[in-house]
Amino acid sequence: MTTENYAPEISIQSVDFNLADEVALLEKDNAIDGAVVTFTGRVRNKNEGKDVTSLTLEHYPGMTEKSLAKIISQAKERWRIGRVKVIHRVGKLAIGEQIVFVGVTSMHRQDAFAANEFIMDYLKVQAPFWKKENTNQGEQWLAAKTSDENKAAKW
Amino acid sequence: MIKVVFFAALREQLNCHELTIVNENLTTVAELKAELASKSEQWQKVFTTGSLLSAVNHNMVDGEQTITSGDEVAFFPPVTGG
Repeated sequence: MTTENYAPEISIQSVDFNLADEVALLEKDNAIDGAVVTFTGRVRNKNEGKDVTSLTLEHYPGMTEKSLAKIISQAKERWRIGRVKVIHRVGKLAIGEQIVFVGVTSMHRQDAFAANEFIMDYLKVQAPFWKKENTNQGEQWLAAKTSDENKAAKW
Repeated sequence: MIKVVFFAALREQLNCHELTIVNENLTTVAELKAELASKSEQWQKVFTTGSLLSAVNHNMVDGEQTITSGDEVAFFPPVTGG
């Protein structure tokens, strides 16, 4: 395994993140970019009719960072974007907690909008994360959705 | 020597996160998979049902991918992050 340092663009962490702090970092000393697009994913209280109590997220250390770095580099090839930040949390997360953050800056909004959605869509189908759902009817690993595959395939 | 790692539902079904295989005759991911499946009825069942993804040295690959001593091979279910 290599010891590449993917910071500051990628962070896999168990602790929460602060949206305002992340936006501030994307904007700091960055007068060239007029657009900042952010996406935050959170733990929902319901999934497929079941009451969710919490999620447990597992990942493949090393491959996760490599996979996200590749997705970010593809986004940079396709769109004129400035800064990128991807944060994904792992471990046990309660309802309403933040799971994932994707922030992208660009000179004009179209590039940042498109690149942000592209990164999220690819993260969903390529980055090695797995969610276990804890519900009032027990726990189970979530199955991958065909709709996510289809969405990523459209880019 | 090949390091093999398992994740998520697969890790739980096999009750195994990591193992080492010493077999010079294994040349592809598919052959390694067949070797693992032959360990027991439970392993056979796990490796022949459902869709499994594989990675070699942190890159997603298919069964035709060749493997050599020192590689890290991972097997896991389709990913569900985000």
